[in-house]
Amino acid sequence: MLRDTTSKVVLFGGIAIILLGAVMPNWIVNQLMFGFSRALAILGLLVLWRTGLVSFGHAFYFGLGAYTVAIVDIQLGVTDVFVRLFGGAIIAGIAGFIIGFIMRNYRDIFFAMLNTAISMVLYGIIVKTESLGSTDGFAISLPTIFGIAPETKYPLFIIITMIAMISALLINFYLKTTVGRLTTPIRDNEIRVEYLGFSVAHAIHLKYTISAVLAGGAGALMAMSLGQVDPDSMINWTVSGELVFITILSGPGNVIAPFIGSLVFEVLRTYAFELAPQAWQLIVGATFLTVIFFLPGGIWSLIAKLGRKKS
Amino acid sequence: MSNAAPILQVRNLLKTFGAVVAAKDINIDVSKGEIVGIIGANGAGKTCFVNMVTGYLTPTGGSIVFEGAELVGKGPREVTHAGISRSFQVSQVFHSMTVEENLRIALAIAENRGVDALRPMESDALEAKCSDVLRRYKLEPHKHMTVSVLSQGIRKLLDIAMAVVSEPRILLLDEPTSGISVEEKFDFMDVVMGALKEDNVTVLFVEHDMEIVERYVSRVLAFYQGEIIADMAPDKALADNKVQEFVIGKRH
Repeated sequence: MLRDTTSKVVLFGGIAIILLGAVMPNWIVNQLMFGFSRALAILGLLVLWRTGLVSFGHAFYFGLGAYTVAIVDIQLGVTDVFVRLFGGAIIAGIAGFIIGFIMRNYRDIFFAMLNTAISMVLYGIIVKTESLGSTDGFAISLPTIFGIAPETKYPLFIIITMIAMISALLINFYLKTTVGRLTTPIRDNEIRVEYLGFSVAHAIHLKYTISAVLAGGAGALMAMSLGQVDPDSMINWTVSGELVFITILSGPGNVIAPFIGSLVFEVLRTYAFELAPQAWQLIVGATFLTVIFFLPGGIWSLIAKLGRKKS
Repeated sequence: MSNAAPILQVRNLLKTFGAVVAAKDINIDVSKGEIVGIIGANGAGKTCFVNMVTGYLTPTGGSIVFEGAELVGKGPREVTHAGISRSFQVSQVFHSMTVEENLRIALAIAENRGVDALRPMESDALEAKCSDVLRRYKLEPHKHMTVSVLSQGIRKLLDIAMAVVSEPRILLLDEPTSGISVEEKFDFMDVVMGALKEDNVTVLFVEHDMEIVERYVSRVLAFYQGEIIADMAPDKALADNKVQEFVIGKRH
């Protein structure tokens, strides 16, 4: 599982980032936490995108993960980081598994927009429900780790980086399995896949559920990193759009790509906002167009090209 | 017809699309090892028959029994698992992948069913099998080429090679030589039929080219307007008056 180059880069790169985090300024550690948290959702979208499926509604699972953290905190007083994280990922995974029975029958724009519709239903429910925080959302207490309340965010940063590493390694492994390899084949020719003896519906259902688990975990980690949840920054369609944007920015070439793309996005947004607070979307939009025109394979295609030149 | 016990029994098969009757009263027994040619004019019901046997279309009535098990109601995947495979009139392969990648995924699906699909795909055994299929179907020179740039003939070979990796007992080929030049058709069929003979597969194939039918089949089923009008040895079938008139198009 750890024999290929990607796995080694994930492992050693992750350890290096964890060690560097100890001496990095807080704002960089924060950016890394946000970037890595969001990257988990992108990792799930990568699995779908390789199969030719683009979801424009994964903020549903992202938000579900984030709100699970808020609800278990406020209603049950759960502060443990792992209970919160796995709670968010499992709830999102169950929802993804159930909704997957519908989604596996749709392709193209219907798949994309049906996901948007479902995410907007959840958004509508939360915005209109006082007990769910309505438009204001909730503040979340600081997470504890095995009963210990850390004084800095560094322990949470270590956990987020380790979860990111484990997720990248697992998805890297999954993409090498028979069902994991059923990406281009499904995109190219579903009839042939069925006649080879594999259910396309089952394969897509599994991919969809994996993407939901990852988006739920991403939402849970983001909620704990930010210390708050609200519908506009967790479930609104703009969040889904942001996730799709980062997926395209990253490129589907490798499981490391979502982490790089997500960090680039964090930096881009921060500096665009600093440079033009009223028109930062213009800079982000221009970057998006540049990537589509000049880097259709995303940032990863550039890295892969450089790697090939070196070797 | 062979005297061995039939492995495929088709009884009173009927398929209608509204008022259009695409197949009716189809009764066939196919024995192990037979090479059956299915002939007929366009719209005679040949592909409809292939589609019903392979689960792409559900018959309106009748039964299809393979090795003692009813196939009606089963979809393409279940039919493949039962031991029947097919190729298509327009080759159904993965166009943005190479020939080798196409075969690898076909072999992996055939070998890793159920939870085994969650095991790493690549293995030495899979590579060895892939090399063997590439050799037997003369696909080695093209193995690193993306399918979209290959000729129709190579795509058809790949389509058939992918259909047999699941080791079916019956293979249905829908117009294997369509789109292949006159000069290449015998070479193509020699490769295909040679490889299938090694695998001891029972073959049913739809064909318009009577030279191919005469040369390769042991039995002919002639379709006309959804019905079988002749079921006999190829020399007799091609000399039959009804076949001459309704299939070949010669008037007496």
